Amino acid sequence: MNEGAVKKLKRFLLALVFWLGLWFALSVLIRQELLLPSPWQVLRRLLALAGTRSFWRMTGSSILRVLIGIVSAALLGVLLAFLTHCSRLAHTLLAPLMTLVKSTPVASFIVLALVWIGRDLVPVFITGLIVLPVVWGNMSEALVSMDPKFLELAKVYRMPRLRILRRITLPSVLPSFRAALSTSLGLGWKAGIAAEVLTVPKQSVGRMIYESKLYLETTDLFAWTVTVVVLSLIIERTLFMLIGRSERGRQHA
Amino acid sequence: MLDICDVSVFYDQRSVLKNCRLHLAAGERLALMGPSGCGKTTLLRLALGLQMPDSGTVRSRFQRPAAVFQEARLLPWRTAAENVNAVLNDTRETLDEAERWLSRLSLADACRLYPSELSGGMQQRVSLARALAFQPDFLVLDEPFHGLDEALQAHTVELLLHALPHDLSILMVTHNEQEAVALGCRILRYHEGSFC
Repeated sequence: MNEGAVKKLKRFLLALVFWLGLWFALSVLIRQELLLPSPWQVLRRLLALAGTRSFWRMTGSSILRVLIGIVSAALLGVLLAFLTHCSRLAHTLLAPLMTLVKSTPVASFIVLALVWIGRDLVPVFITGLIVLPVVWGNMSEALVSMDPKFLELAKVYRMPRLRILRRITLPSVLPSFRAALSTSLGLGWKAGIAAEVLTVPKQSVGRMIYESKLYLETTDLFAWTVTVVVLSLIIERTLFMLIGRSERGRQHA
Repeated sequence: MLDICDVSVFYDQRSVLKNCRLHLAAGERLALMGPSGCGKTTLLRLALGLQMPDSGTVRSRFQRPAAVFQEARLLPWRTAAENVNAVLNDTRETLDEAERWLSRLSLADACRLYPSELSGGMQQRVSLARALAFQPDFLVLDEPFHGLDEALQAHTVELLLHALPHDLSILMVTHNEQEAVALGCRILRYHEGSFC
């Protein structure tokens, strides 16, 4: 680990200790587990939950739903960006729809989706709905602002279309794709879990959060929330690592 | 063979080329010289099919054109060898060929370096290697030694002379008459909207 990374880690740990300390101090002051459990109580509960099979089943199902939503929306967003880049008509038709999707409250979509499709699919749909316009918007901009000099080069040397796509277009737009995922991943994950809370699919973290609220099990609520945060970080890092691998050499750009 | 016949090009209603004519026979080498903004680069772009004239015709019978632009235009996410390989079949097998071309232009040590790790002169030589590796029948050079110091210019011209096939047609733009002569080009100077 280099010096910069060590410094960054130190700063992160310092902030973590500060906020955990504050949380602990508040819980001691309030002294009511129902209102604010201490970090220690939450950790104990989380470890107890992690020891059960159902915990992994629930988190696994939620991750799967969110990932299906993210991946399918990202793919669709990229395809639609290429389509709207090639066809002005497609752009004219799609652009207002994307703006509408972006500005409509997630809760409205959740309720509508619950009417339209099965409850197990609502979180997938909602996650996708959050990710899609961001990926489409970023990719569309990236395609428009691609360096025309490289395309001229490809034209002069009569490169086949597939090679232009692989060697020029995709590397040119990859940073924008990464930025789009970075922006939408956290939002998509949170929206997916919110959809689960409202639609309570059988196997889901959202259902557990809902039940914790229903039975006033605040410690459980915190433990599941911590799970959501940790999973969000893991998913984000894993996806970025995968994209980073395909981006080798890009740092020289 | 390239035939540019009575071509006019306007930018924002300003005439850049007016009824311009140019003929380049197979194996012929021409160098265009003239003040900035007289339409030299526009003429090269027309010859490469990168731009259409507002009037007149451009006919090219060359099958494999290649170009070296003022700026190297190397893909920043690919190494020098991969940049050359991009105009070949872009396979592992042709990568060796790309490296051989780089070696011919004294860039054997730069094969695995990215453009950002190369000096301006080296980038331009990679661009030349890429053009030659393509084995063109028509080479367009737009001030290819622009920004290089005199010694490096002379060195690059010498390397290029050894690598150029004798029957290659060349259309180049330069401000340096010596370069054009060294590459065996007949010089056409700008005069009242045309090159003669």
